[in-house]
Amino acid sequence: MNINMTLIGQMIAFAIFVWFCMKYVWPPITQALNERQQRIQDGLEEADRARAELHKANEQAEETLRESREEAARILDKTRARANQMIEEARNDARAEGERMIANARSEIDSEIQQAKGELRAQVAALAIQGAERILESSIDEKKHREMVDRLAEEL
Amino acid sequence: MAGDAPSSTEYITHHLQNLTFGLHPDNGWSFAHGANEAREMGFWAINVDTMGWSIATGLLFLWLFRYLAKTVTSGVPTGLQNALEMVFEFSNDIIRTSFNGKSKLIGPLALTLFCWIFFMNSLKWLPIDLFPQIAHKLGIEYMRIVPTSDPNATLGMGFGVFLLIVFYSIRNKGFGGFSKELAFNPFNHWSLVPFNLVLELIVLIVKPISLGLRLFGNMFAGEVIFIMISLLPFWAIWVLDVPWAIFHILVIALQAFIFAVLSVVYMSAAFEEH
Repeated sequence: MNINMTLIGQMIAFAIFVWFCMKYVWPPITQALNERQQRIQDGLEEADRARAELHKANEQAEETLRESREEAARILDKTRARANQMIEEARNDARAEGERMIANARSEIDSEIQQAKGELRAQVAALAIQGAERILESSIDEKKHREMVDRLAEEL
Repeated sequence: MAGDAPSSTEYITHHLQNLTFGLHPDNGWSFAHGANEAREMGFWAINVDTMGWSIATGLLFLWLFRYLAKTVTSGVPTGLQNALEMVFEFSNDIIRTSFNGKSKLIGPLALTLFCWIFFMNSLKWLPIDLFPQIAHKLGIEYMRIVPTSDPNATLGMGFGVFLLIVFYSIRNKGFGGFSKELAFNPFNHWSLVPFNLVLELIVLIVKPISLGLRLFGNMFAGEVIFIMISLLPFWAIWVLDVPWAIFHILVIALQAFIFAVLSVVYMSAAFEEH
């Protein structure tokens, strides 16, 4: 229990242990732990960044989706309008064509009526002259009465 | 301690005697047989058991942490690494909260003190008679296995810290600055310089002594109680022994912690500018 050399011995042992710890133990551990701290910090920052990016990407995707939906609706509207317009045009064309065809037919009919009338008139004139010739026989001067009958036929 | 069953007094004094090797005036270089011979050897003797066990525990500490230093990575730690890193972080926290300067020494100092003292104190958990009996079988007369219940060991560490305090005070403040701090505190007047000097020197020298004696006192008292308990009949020992050992979980860790923290605080003062 008395104080002796052990005191000095313990001081020396103490000095050696602290020195060894300072030289070979503390620095590598501190360094590794600092590195780990750095890595964890980096990892967390990266996670935050990734989360932000994901958020942005989501927003962008939604934006794109909305735009395409609008675009589709617009195209659909336009197409529908165009279709309606085309139907309308076709209807108009058909109507015009029909009217034109009717008009043509009508004028053709008219001209044919005129032609038939002319022919009829000529035949009637010839018949009338023949009949009158028969009735009157040679008393009639063909050349003289021809003009009169033509005029008569003209009046028909 | 041969043969007959010893009396209680003999048992206690035997358990409190270190294995001392030194130059005896009559017997020459030899191991001391009993407290009187050890006293007669004076200062130039060495407590072999204290030195042996403290160095062994110190080497255990260094081996453990050298293992950590070799295997530690910035990746995920495993098993033992985790436990050791916890201790490491613990001593790092002591420094962060109590130390304001910048020093490469302070971290290793705190870690070494805490772990070493903790290991030395832990030897107290071993049965009080185990190692003395083994030593006795091997023909060794005395064996105290708890180095921190020997004042030589605790005061040795205390004065180790003291030398560091003086060394760093002079290095950081210069010899003049350190002297001035001693001479002009707490009363800043030239006429009170001698009074200040006496006061401050006492304050300075009390630091290592209080460090050493606090640890020694706690460990020694605990050891004496363990010895007293083991004097009970064998079937009754555990009734007191177990609670006392459990209580010592607290004492052992706490004393190691207090020693380390106070050393760091004292060192911090050596780094402070006034």
